[in-house]
This record gives sequence, structure tokens and C-alpha cells, in this order.
Amino acid sequence: MIVAVLVGAIRSGTSVLFACLGELVAERAGIVNLGAEGAMLVGALTAFSVTALTGNPYLGALAAALAGALFSLIHAYLAIHRRANQLASGLAVMILGQGLTAFFGRTYVSTQIKGLDPVSIPLLSKIPAIGPILFQHDVLTYLSILLVPIIWFFLYRTRWGLVLRATGERETVAYATGHSPDRVRYAAVAFGGLLAGLGGAQLSIAYTLNWVENMTQGRGIVAVALVIFASWSPWQALVGCYLFGGALALQLTLQARGLGVSPYIMSMVPYVLTLAVLLVVSQRQRNAMPEGLRAVFEGT
Amino acid sequence: MSRYAFRPFVFFTWIAIASLVLAACGGAAPATTPQATAAGGTAPGTGGTAVGFIFVGPRDDYGYNQAAYLGSEAVKQAFPDLKVLQAENVPETEEAERIMEQMIRDGAMIIFPTSYGHLDPALAVAERHPEAIFVHQGGLKTAENLGTYFGTIWEAVYLSGVAAGKMTQTNKLGYIVSFPIPQVLLNINAFTLGARSVNPEVTTTVVFTANWCDPGKQAEAANTLIAQGVDVLTQHQDCTKTIVETAERNGIMSVGYHADASTLAPKGWITGSIWNWGPLYVDMVKTIQDGKWADSPYKGKYRVGLKDGVVDLAPFGASVSEEIQALVMEKKQAIIAGTLYPFEGPIKDQDGTVRIEAGVRPAVEDLETTDYLVEGVIGTIPK
Repeated sequence: MIVAVLVGAIRSGTSVLFACLGELVAERAGIVNLGAEGAMLVGALTAFSVTALTGNPYLGALAAALAGALFSLIHAYLAIHRRANQLASGLAVMILGQGLTAFFGRTYVSTQIKGLDPVSIPLLSKIPAIGPILFQHDVLTYLSILLVPIIWFFLYRTRWGLVLRATGERETVAYATGHSPDRVRYAAVAFGGLLAGLGGAQLSIAYTLNWVENMTQGRGIVAVALVIFASWSPWQALVGCYLFGGALALQLTLQARGLGVSPYIMSMVPYVLTLAVLLVVSQRQRNAMPEGLRAVFEGT
Repeated sequence: MSRYAFRPFVFFTWIAIASLVLAACGGAAPATTPQATAAGGTAPGTGGTAVGFIFVGPRDDYGYNQAAYLGSEAVKQAFPDLKVLQAENVPETEEAERIMEQMIRDGAMIIFPTSYGHLDPALAVAERHPEAIFVHQGGLKTAENLGTYFGTIWEAVYLSGVAAGKMTQTNKLGYIVSFPIPQVLLNINAFTLGARSVNPEVTTTVVFTANWCDPGKQAEAANTLIAQGVDVLTQHQDCTKTIVETAERNGIMSVGYHADASTLAPKGWITGSIWNWGPLYVDMVKTIQDGKWADSPYKGKYRVGLKDGVVDLAPFGASVSEEIQALVMEKKQAIIAGTLYPFEGPIKDQDGTVRIEAGVRPAVEDLETTDYLVEGVIGTIPK
């Protein structure tokens, strides 16, 4: 039963993990992107339609990444170039994403596709318990796990990571060292959108093999909340996203065992979590918050 | 920077407006030219130039909305002079009221709110528009100008349970449902009773998703049940595609609901319960237009079933033997003839308490207040 829950945690946490890691990078550069939900939807629909048209899910995932990145540039333009209120702009972009995908997704609702199948990793997938939990997933899931150390390494062990973090903390520092904070931020937001797009793709072409209007159902918003929960650390983001996925899987498993667990409470978990996190942002998290985000979150 | 101080705001306001418009286009908004409110006939519901249908989901969801949409298409065919307004993805909120009001402005004197949660908005609009008639699908409340209709789909669900009970190897059936409303509980019970009537070893495991259509949750629920050893999956959701496809991909069987999804599961499809709303919708529109609504059975709670052809079984899958098909069809005839009644007592709930006394055949109306699960169901009703 524990194995089943952990497998489920990863299966349903992956799409959120992608979006969460993307958001983390953007926020590290000082940009909050509530539009991640929209970018996920754009990614989900792009992946699904490209897979349906070409029959190649890898092409679909690639297209989703590009579409997510391009879509997020709308937010980047408003927030960076025009200095719009980031929360308002993000919200507008999210609604735009919902509207656009509902409109263009109409024709794909009943389409059948061949998506990304789970790939068992030889030998490793045979290990009892750990095998099924970690090594019998689709390629996007492996990619999302690999991204955690990669992003950590990038942020803390490379020069470019340092520049990105410096931009988020104090843009004058980036200026002083000869970097354009705007350019860094554009890149960070685009990268965030790219990952959100991949998260959407995982949902539509690897997990459910379906496109349904507004199919992300708030997962992008949850991702934004989880970034704060994770204190802007990729490793903690991994934990947070799997906790989110695990809550869903655990709830379903308990139900399937005949134990009374309210699905309503489960449906509230993401929102309660978001509220709780925002209410009780601990001092540690306050310290971890990139300096540049204070203006966004605290209005100073 | 001050030069641009105001423009970003304007810019993203436009984006917000544009996206809301797009959302509306994608979702609902019957695009018709406004017409004067028709006020011709004397009896309520007569004299309209249009008929309005609102659906909670998309028209091709392999599910509830697809079935209702096909019904509205039948109305379109039967009444070439009437404009048929079809609004998809209408949420079960005040938004539904707004859309119904718009339909009335566009000349609709008859409105079909087709989702369970459209009932309260419809009652509110009905009170404001006594000149129009509302026929709600599945509702338990009525008003002077609002009737409800529904099919006893549980008859077909019972039959598909019989087929599932015969087909299962593990004796474990899985049921993925949305909310614990009476219609849902009734279907779980009917399915289980059907399966256990031919195979007393069978249990049905129920999982509630608290959502009518979240493919992510559906996939996870399906995977969870499959991990528990379930080898036949059925569901009470609005969009059915994800669960049927997930079952097929995992090499287990599926029983459909709402619409024929056999093409999604060429190997594992057993059968399913489907709606055939067309003839009923057409007759209701005709009755209302003729001014005969007040005296018709449609005013009030109108219920039809297998024998009226409104609910039926989907075609059998290739894996279902002729012997099993014959057994199911025999029971179907028995239900139509009235010799078999799926909810004839004694029926016990999960605790073993007798809920329907031996020999009793409860009325459809009484069944629609079901608040328990029968013996053989694993799962609890969320409070």
C-alpha cells in the first residue's frame, strides 16, 4: 500500500513539480508568475494537439515547452518591460491561457492519441519497492526528477546562477557586475514557462492522454504556493510537490480500502495549504525570500 | 518610466478583456442576434422562436453532455423553424442564470438546464419568467413552470453489472464516482446488485473524486483501483474518456456510462449504460409548444426507463461471449416486462440492515432519496 501511494505521489505530483521548478527559477530572478497555470494549459493543449497531428509525443512535448516559454513572455513583457503589477499581470495571463485553450481546444476534446508510455529502466526497475516507485515512469517524469539537481547546481554552483540570484536579490548588483537585470529576468520567466509547458504536457500526453478544458484544475496555482512552501529551494520543492501528489494518492488509496476519508477535504488540501503557507510564512522563509520579491508580496 | 506609467495597466486590462471574451466564445454564449422577447402565446412556454439547452461540459465528452447534446440535435432536426440555442461548459453558478436570461431574451420560451447543479439557477430564473417553461434533467425540486425529467438509468446499470459480474476474473469491480448524490449511490447499488445476482463473490470498490471531470484525478483513481486488483472499471463521471482509456492501457475491462465509448477500448469494453434523449426531448418541446404542458406528465417529476427506450445498453464488446450477451438480454426483457425489478427487496445495506423489505418494489421517487450503499460495496459515503 505504501508503494502504491508513493508511486501515485510521483505520478500525480510530476506536473506540479515541473511548474514549481519553473516558478522557482523565475522567482529567484525576482518575478512572480501566477500565469504558470495558463502556461500549463497552453503546454497541455499544445502537446496534445501536436501529438494528435504528428503522432509523435516527443515532438508534442518539445512544442509544449516552446509554447509555454513564448506564452510566459507576455507576462515577462508586462512585468519587466512595462513594470506592471506582477500579481495582476500574472492573473490576467492565467485567464488568457484558460480562455485561449478553451477556445482552440474545442476540436481536440474527443481526439485519441498515442502518448508517452512508461519506460522501465533496465535492472533498476526490478528492485523491490524502489523499482516501481522510481524507475517505471514516462520520460517526462524522469526529466522532472533530474531537473531538481540540475537546477540546484545551476543556481548555486554556476556563475550564471549567481547572476540570476543576484538579480532577484538586488538588481543593482547585477548592473554593477555588467549584467542586464531585464535580460536575466526575461530568460528566467521564459524558462519558467518552458517548464510549466512541460508540466502541462506531462498531464495531457503522458498521464491522462486527454485534453479537457481547464484540465490543470489549479495545479499551476498550487505550484506557485509550493515555491513559497519550499523556501525557494529545488530540493524542498521536490518534497512539497510529492506531498501534494501523495495527499491525492493517499486519499484515493484509503477510499479504495474502504476507509472513510472525505474527498472534499482532499479537494481543499491545495487551497488550505496555500492559505496556511501564506499566513504562516515563517521567519526562515522570509529570510529565504529573494529580496526583489518583497516589493511584490509585501507591497513595499 | 513615468511616461509609461499608465499604459501597462491599459494593456493588461485589454488582455483580460480579450481573454474573457475568448473564454466566453469557447465556453458558452449562444451567438444569435437579439430579438424582442416573444410574448405571443397564452399558455406559458408557447410562442417562442427558440429552445435553449445548457450543458455543464463540452458536447463531445463521451459522457453526460454528449448524450444531452445529441438529444438537442434531435430537437433541431424535428423543429426546423425553431432556433436551437446550445450553450456548452455552463458552470453550475449564477453564470447559468445569466445564460438562461440571455436565451429568453433571444426568444427561447423553453429551456433545458441539463446538469444536476443547474437546478437552483433554473428555479431562480423560472420565478422571474413565469411565461417560460423549464425542464430540468434529473432534478428533485419542481416549480409551477419548472418540471424535471430523468431516466431510470440504474436499470441499464444493473444490466451492465450483470455482464461485469460474469466477466470479472478477480471478483473485484471498481466504481469511480463524483459526489454522493442519490443518483450516484443508486447506480453503485444497481451495478453491485446486478453483479452479485450472477456472482455472489463480487465486491464493488467505490472511490469519490469530488469532481465531475478532472482527468488527472480520474487517472489516479483508476490506477489506484487497478493496483487493488480490480479488473472491471466503471464510473459515474461527466467525461468518461480518461478512465476508459486508462483501463484499456492497463489491460483491464471497462463498463461505460452515459455514451458508447467502445471505440476507446477495443479489447476491454464490456458494455455500458447510455441515454437516448432525442425522442423524449422532441416530445416535450412539442407538448409545451402546443400549450399542453400544464396537463402533461412533464409538469412535475417525470421518469422514464428501459421500456421507453430513453435508457439503453451500449453494444457489447468483442470479448463478451454470446452466452453472457444472451443472459443480459434476457434480463433486459424481464425488466421491460416487469418480471424483474432490480431493487426488489430484500436489500441490505453495508451494515446488514434491511433497507428494502422482502418483496417490496419501491417507487422510483423513493429510490431517488437513496442515502446508503448496499452489501458488497467497499467504500464509505463521504459526509
